[in-house]
Amino acid sequence: MIELIDVVLLAFLVATAVAVVLIRNLLASVILAGIFSLLSAGLFTVMDAVDVAFTEAAVGAGISTVLLLGTLMLTTRVERRPARLSPLPLLVVLATGAVLIYGTLDMPRFGDADAPVHTHIAPEYLKDTVPHVNGSAQRVDVENIVTSVLASYRGYDTLGETTVIFCAGIGVLLLLKASRPGRDREEGR
Amino acid sequence: MKHQIIPRVIAKLFIPLILLFALYVQFHGDFGPGGGFQAGVIFAAGFVLYTLIFGLAEAQRVARPAVVEMVIALGLLLYAVTGVAGIMKGGRYLDYGVLGSDPVGGQHLGILLIELGVGITVASVIIGIFFAFAGRTRS
Repeated sequence: MIELIDVVLLAFLVATAVAVVLIRNLLASVILAGIFSLLSAGLFTVMDAVDVAFTEAAVGAGISTVLLLGTLMLTTRVERRPARLSPLPLLVVLATGAVLIYGTLDMPRFGDADAPVHTHIAPEYLKDTVPHVNGSAQRVDVENIVTSVLASYRGYDTLGETTVIFCAGIGVLLLLKASRPGRDREEGR
Repeated sequence: MKHQIIPRVIAKLFIPLILLFALYVQFHGDFGPGGGFQAGVIFAAGFVLYTLIFGLAEAQRVARPAVVEMVIALGLLLYAVTGVAGIMKGGRYLDYGVLGSDPVGGQHLGILLIELGVGITVASVIIGIFFAFAGRTRS
């Protein structure tokens, strides 16, 4: 049953991706990109990565779509056809894709319990975090291990991520506000 | 969309639920899927919907741009100060174990605070960026 869902979701993903590239109407492209994110979120849910699925659905399908629609309002809705088609981008994409697929050949099978990522430090996190694995002294004792790793063990990383969001927000606000035409002159600066 | 009654009524019903769900995701992140990042985005989505239905001027009366911009820094500050509080209590930076009376309680408190900081920053950044986009017109 899971395989069937996987196949359907992946087929829709490919179809959506191709449609996003082919369609010249940018409004339709943006909506399709949102659908792409929603399908990815479904795929993450099937893989039991609910936290990631949650973020993908909220950010990818929700906020990015709204921001891209806002950009379309300020620019244009139809993509111009390139004067002539160049084979170079296609070659670059195909070569990169081939290298990436070649890279996956060495990866452990999906869900393999002996994969390095599951044998390195993860058992220690599980032992310290989840009560029913250890039973006695837990250092963190937070049911959702994603939260405990993200907020406690990897607290510095998350502080960095929040700083990145902060800087990105300030940067975008500065760019969008400072370049508003005529505003500076009206204020006499 | 000021004169369309169905979106207005539906939005009025949904926006409180969206904000409530964001708070649930924020504070239930210790136990279920979710946390500051997701909650911040959902909270901001409530404001985005409000802006789309009722207009930018109305939305900026609820969340004043100057306040939103200040709150962006407030979230990150809350995160960083939680780390400093660990040092003040005799631990290391971002060591939550010393914040409470026992280590596990301290971890809970620390995680709650920093997730709140993340949520505040994410929500206000998205609201701020959306306001900036919505405030511009094609020149």
